[in-house]
Amino acid sequence: MRSYLDKVLAIVGKDVASELRTREVLSSMFVFAVLVIVVFNFAFELNVENNEAVAPGVLWVAIIFAGMLGLNRSFISEKDRGCMEGLLLCPVDRSAIYVGKMLGNLLFMLTMEAIVLPIFAAFFNLSVFDPKLLLVVLLGTIGFAAVGTLFAAVAVHTRTREVMLPILLLPVAVPVLVAAVKATGEAIARTPPSTPGPWLGVLVGFDVIFLTVAYLTFEYVFQE
Amino acid sequence: MNEQGWLPRGPLGWVVPPMMIGALYMAFLFAPTEATMGDVQRIFYFHVPSAWAAFLAFAVVFVASIQWLRTKQPRWDAMAVSAAEVGIVFCSIALVTGSIWAKPIWGTWWDWDPRLTTTLILWLIYVSYLMLRTSVENPARRASLSAVVGIVGFIDVPVVFMSIRWWRTIHPVLLSASGFDMAPSMVATLMVCLVAFTLLFVHLLRLRISLELQREEVHRLRDQILYEE
Repeated sequence: MRSYLDKVLAIVGKDVASELRTREVLSSMFVFAVLVIVVFNFAFELNVENNEAVAPGVLWVAIIFAGMLGLNRSFISEKDRGCMEGLLLCPVDRSAIYVGKMLGNLLFMLTMEAIVLPIFAAFFNLSVFDPKLLLVVLLGTIGFAAVGTLFAAVAVHTRTREVMLPILLLPVAVPVLVAAVKATGEAIARTPPSTPGPWLGVLVGFDVIFLTVAYLTFEYVFQE
Repeated sequence: MNEQGWLPRGPLGWVVPPMMIGALYMAFLFAPTEATMGDVQRIFYFHVPSAWAAFLAFAVVFVASIQWLRTKQPRWDAMAVSAAEVGIVFCSIALVTGSIWAKPIWGTWWDWDPRLTTTLILWLIYVSYLMLRTSVENPARRASLSAVVGIVGFIDVPVVFMSIRWWRTIHPVLLSASGFDMAPSMVATLMVCLVAFTLLFVHLLRLRISLELQREEVHRLRDQILYEE
């Protein structure tokens, strides 16, 4: 167990180190997420009345689209720099590569969100330091990164790489989006609903199911 | 191989056409006209069996995908892609006939109800499944990658359904606690149509699998001839 964790952390460490040296993924994710929020502001003519109804959707579209940029890079950069063979030659279980890559992507997305959330809160005049909202963001991001990392590894082997990921990922990620948007809406509402919906449960369920499935199937995706 | 190309293939080739004609007869002539909805309701006899055949097809994709990953026998991959294609056809029929029925009855073509939404997302998942297949060259890798998508996509179905369920559902519920909520002749028509569509699905699936295996054989022979000279 201890050695498995070391292997996972080594892969996370490698991704973090390469990101710290290039800073290309995080900066593009961050700028893109802010752009999405600004563009939606014009598209929906946001104002005080429709704020609560629209804000959760805007936040999650920004997170998912920006997250997709990061997910795409996580395997494409390995392939373009010839690191794929290196990873495949590693004397570790394939699932350790999945867990390491997934944690790396999760870390990048959470870092991006840590910067984007306060900006989002300022634009929409909301309070983000609500523990329930932070929990929703964490759970939604885990679910998205779990299935996203698996599909990013699928998409990198195709001819149309960057285009393939959103086509594969978006339909499957619909439950995460629905549950995350609804839970966010409940968390930021000025008058919270008397009976909260089942959304946190849906998010946890999605996270568990897709972490398990991705963990079990990753070895068939990541080959040669 | 079948020398007379115009003859139906296999026993199902002889059974399915009369079954479909029988299903048409029962849906349009035998079944009584529904009291409140009128003749529009007759589309239901093709709508429900299509949706059933689509879900059956996607379940076949799921099982065949698991079998491919376990055994790596090409026939399982051929079965998975064939079922996905046939399933998309039935799924499209279910979506279109449902919309045609919904416009006069609900007054709208579409509603974001759990069953409609789940069916639409299923349709999107298996369209992306086929797009993935056209985008990978190596047959073994294509089979493994698409098998993973076939498995994840099918597991997603109940999750999608549950996550959208909180909305009020306006989709008619057929099975109540007291059994089918319809006249006996309507139930008989629905049953005949369900059997006919199931057999049609199995027949199409078998034809499509044999086509896929023949295609692979042609590729293999071509490579053999090309590289021997």
